[in-house]
Amino acid sequence: MMIIRLFFTFALIGLLSIGGGYAILPQIHHQVVQRNAWLTPEEFTDLIAISQMTPGPISLNASTFVGTKLAGIPGAIAATLGCVAPSFVLVILLAYLYGKYKKMDMVQGALSGLRPAVVGMIAAASVTVFILALFGDASPSFAALSYKAVALVVACFAALRIFKANPILVIGGAGVVSILWHYLGPILSK
Amino acid sequence: MIIPLMRKKFVEKLKWIEEEEMLDYVAIAQSSPGPIAVNTSILVGFRLAGILGAVIAVLGTVLPPLIVLSVITYLYAAFINHPVVAATMYGMRLGVAAVLIDAVISLVKAIAKEKSLLSLLVLIAAFVCVHVFDIHVLIVLAGAAVIGLVSTFIKARTLKNGGEAE
Repeated sequence: MMIIRLFFTFALIGLLSIGGGYAILPQIHHQVVQRNAWLTPEEFTDLIAISQMTPGPISLNASTFVGTKLAGIPGAIAATLGCVAPSFVLVILLAYLYGKYKKMDMVQGALSGLRPAVVGMIAAASVTVFILALFGDASPSFAALSYKAVALVVACFAALRIFKANPILVIGGAGVVSILWHYLGPILSK
Repeated sequence: MIIPLMRKKFVEKLKWIEEEEMLDYVAIAQSSPGPIAVNTSILVGFRLAGILGAVIAVLGTVLPPLIVLSVITYLYAAFINHPVVAATMYGMRLGVAAVLIDAVISLVKAIAKEKSLLSLLVLIAAFVCVHVFDIHVLIVLAGAAVIGLVSTFIKARTLKNGGEAE
């Protein structure tokens, strides 16, 4: 039963992720975290971190991550197949129409509206991740802010924006800094 | 990221596909829902060997992440409560937050470059709908598609009318 639900949920996610790259994040967040509560917000963020550091599109990584967690390998296969099923039908259909009409004004028109909307939705999902990363389960407030966490986020952001650092290195580096805190923290506070 | 790799392989090395055809495929892959790498592999597979070719191409694209991620997921579940792993993931979450904010800034800049007030309004409206009002993403996408269609239609008509007036 879970396998069928995984298939159809990821089919819906695959169907609604238009624009590639991060465009899948709002759909995954909505279906997997908010509606079905299959992943906690922390696990969702960890999934993004893992996806950045492994090959393959985020959507397929998410399918396997969620599928394996809920129903083992069969779950991973069901979710992955669900994720690509809508593309399979639509891409072949579009290829057929594309040959006939070439320009596809309708598709271009719809996309001109979809592109900015997808960016807005990615921004919404990113804000959720940002708040979670800084505050965890605590409700956001100045008192709950860890100055170390703020410093690390600012440093990562500067590395990306100013020095155009590779996101993989930034995320990995943030992990290493956090390990150092873990070991040095108790020593330094003595 | 994957597109230049595919182009190099199929157009330059294997010479299965013409340069221009590949560009068309990328355009279709980007206009269709789903991961672009998967969509392009469907098109290339379908062009070379029909439905069976498309199926095989998709399996080839899907298998590596399926294998890698299932192994990682088991490791993740086994070790996430270990203090050092938990500390690593805590730091990596902060890194992800920075990466996402950085990506959003780039994406918003690209939309702003279009110099279209409508696009910016759609962007802000979509953000507010999802973040503040928790509206279903399907409704937001459908609304945005309709706005895009209507505005393209109106633009096409005014262009046509302007042409006739001359």
